[in-house]
Amino acid sequence: MPKTLFEKIWDKHVVKTIEGGPSVLYIDTQFIHEVTSPQAFKGIEKRGIEVFRPKQIVATADHNVPTLHQELPIKEELSRVQVEKLIENCKKHGVELYGLGHPYQGIVHVIGPELGVTQPGQTYVCGDSHTSTHGAFGSIAFGIGTSEVEMVMATQCLMQSKPKLMRINVEGTLGKGVVSKDIILYIIAHISASGATGYFVEFAGSAIRSLSMESRMTICNMSIEMGARGGMIAPDQTTFDYIKGRQFAPKGADWDKKLAQWKELYSDEGAKFDKEITINAADIEPMITYGTNPGMGISVAGHIPAESEIETKEQPAYRKSLDYMGLAAGSEIKGKKVDYVFIGSCTNSRIEDLRLVASFVKGKKKADNVEVWVVPGSKQVEKQAIEEGIDKVFEAAGFNLRQPGCSACLGMNEDKIPAGKYCISTSNRNFEGRQGPNARTLLASPLTAAVAAITGEVADIREFI
Amino acid sequence: MSKSINKINSTAVPLNLENVDTDQIIPARFLKATSREGFGENLFRDWRYNSDGTPKKDFVLNNPAYKGKILVGGKNFGCGSSREHAAWAIKDAGFDVVVSSFFADIFKNNALNNFLLPVTVSDAFLTKIFAAIEKDAAAEIKVDLEAQTISVNGESEKFEINNYKKTCLLNGYDDIDYLLSIKGEIEAFEKAHS
Ligand code: SF4
Repeated sequence: MPKTLFEKIWDKHVVKTIEGGPSVLYIDTQFIHEVTSPQAFKGIEKRGIEVFRPKQIVATADHNVPTLHQELPIKEELSRVQVEKLIENCKKHGVELYGLGHPYQGIVHVIGPELGVTQPGQTYVCGDSHTSTHGAFGSIAFGIGTSEVEMVMATQCLMQSKPKLMRINVEGTLGKGVVSKDIILYIIAHISASGATGYFVEFAGSAIRSLSMESRMTICNMSIEMGARGGMIAPDQTTFDYIKGRQFAPKGADWDKKLAQWKELYSDEGAKFDKEITINAADIEPMITYGTNPGMGISVAGHIPAESEIETKEQPAYRKSLDYMGLAAGSEIKGKKVDYVFIGSCTNSRIEDLRLVASFVKGKKKADNVEVWVVPGSKQVEKQAIEEGIDKVFEAAGFNLRQPGCSACLGMNEDKIPAGKYCISTSNRNFEGRQGPNARTLLASPLTAAVAAITGEVADIREFI
Repeated sequence: MSKSINKINSTAVPLNLENVDTDQIIPARFLKATSREGFGENLFRDWRYNSDGTPKKDFVLNNPAYKGKILVGGKNFGCGSSREHAAWAIKDAGFDVVVSSFFADIFKNNALNNFLLPVTVSDAFLTKIFAAIEKDAAAEIKVDLEAQTISVNGESEKFEINNYKKTCLLNGYDDIDYLLSIKGEIEAFEKAHS
């Protein structure tokens, strides 16, 4: 019987299936970080058991680390305690930690792929919803809660029901100024923030195939924002070229063996999906969100929907959302003044994103009314940006290049957007208060963020390139 | 944490909003604890309190008319971050059941793992529940896990839950207990696949 990509990997990882219940799914690698792991370690200790496979866990500190002066002790006490707890737990339980000061430290979903830990055909979990990022390599990767983190620490397995499967095909060529972030914002706007709940999504089609690994990661990263359990893309030559030679990539004969296996990872002709959608790449424009969930996105050249265009039942939430954002229904988004530009997060803080921003910004200066933060996804991204002189481009433009971490994506450290201020952000969530209490977030691509940094307002990148 | 759930009859707190995300349930800046307890205090922090810490009068949790062990939310409840702290906060604030017409996946799992029962009802039934509470804040909602029913004002609806999870909740077992009991099978699986 023809199988989907998902089924090929899933079937290989099922230890057993309980009658009328979930399956026991084997997890190859778990990523952990300081915020969602302490209670899990505590749980393990309380049960009086050991971490089952400590070598299959990779740890980093990212969510609440400062992005300035990482060499100094963390000032904020609670953050410091969490980071110290992680160090202590990893040491005690034999888990490899790429903590502050380590050359591999960075946002968990940036470092996994860049170190070659993330590989096709594997299962990955992390106590973080954007674990879906790793699906870009043709693996099953999804976010879990802390009880499940503990479960995987205890047994390297999870109880999972097989999700429904959806395939989203993006066919054709992308227009000028349109990048992968626009593809995913467009898809979410079309199927809504809950449109893929219960599904695991495979992204396919010629437009997806043409993307680099970094761009594919951006898409899988945000699949969770339409409710999907995860997203994935079949591996191909682009994937193999990306992995080859990385620190933890297979080497020599092992590489050849793995490569042969990876080449079998695609959805067979005639494989069944519970739902299938096809999108024409040419319809996608540079996108921006205007509301408080990632499904509230429009073309930068478009209008915020009038209330009459919203279903009656959804109107109260819609009003609340626009009220929070200080935006008027029916108005244009272009020309809206912004106060902050945040280029970072596991969605768009890879070297390709920084290069893209730098290519547009080179020789220009930021607008006086904006503050621009660029937060690289990892120490390796930071290092490479410096080697390529990207730091100098940013400095000349008046941007503030910081040190790696989640930063203003969720405002757990001191990088918060002040109340009432507007921030164009390359991150993935525009929820109320996500970037700080009462902060107003407009999600967009790195290019749209770059043009906003220069003009000080929401602008259409197509008019500038 | 009270383990095992079966019948819960209680008044409810109505939160008639769609897409209630986990950043609202518990904002990130309150995730810095290293234990599971005490999150209830900051449940819906920014909707519940002004920046100076005084309660916002118009928020439902600050309205003394509404209390109980059941929280009723709009469609797509618990979307967003995987933080289990959201389930901990709701449970810690005294709720045993959350009702919605649609739950985000990870939230649902997290809730189940913490003996907080997510009950998915039809859109029509959800509307009925909200209407009943609006009419009378003392309206009682009855949830029966064994029978998989939820009732209000004499009307009831069946809800789905998988059998395995149901058994866990009724008996107060968790997944880790089960997985530890099949460790031998897991090791055999590893050998066969290495
Ligand atoms: S960058 Fe943002 S979304 Fe990504 S892991 Fe960090 S907090 Fe989560």
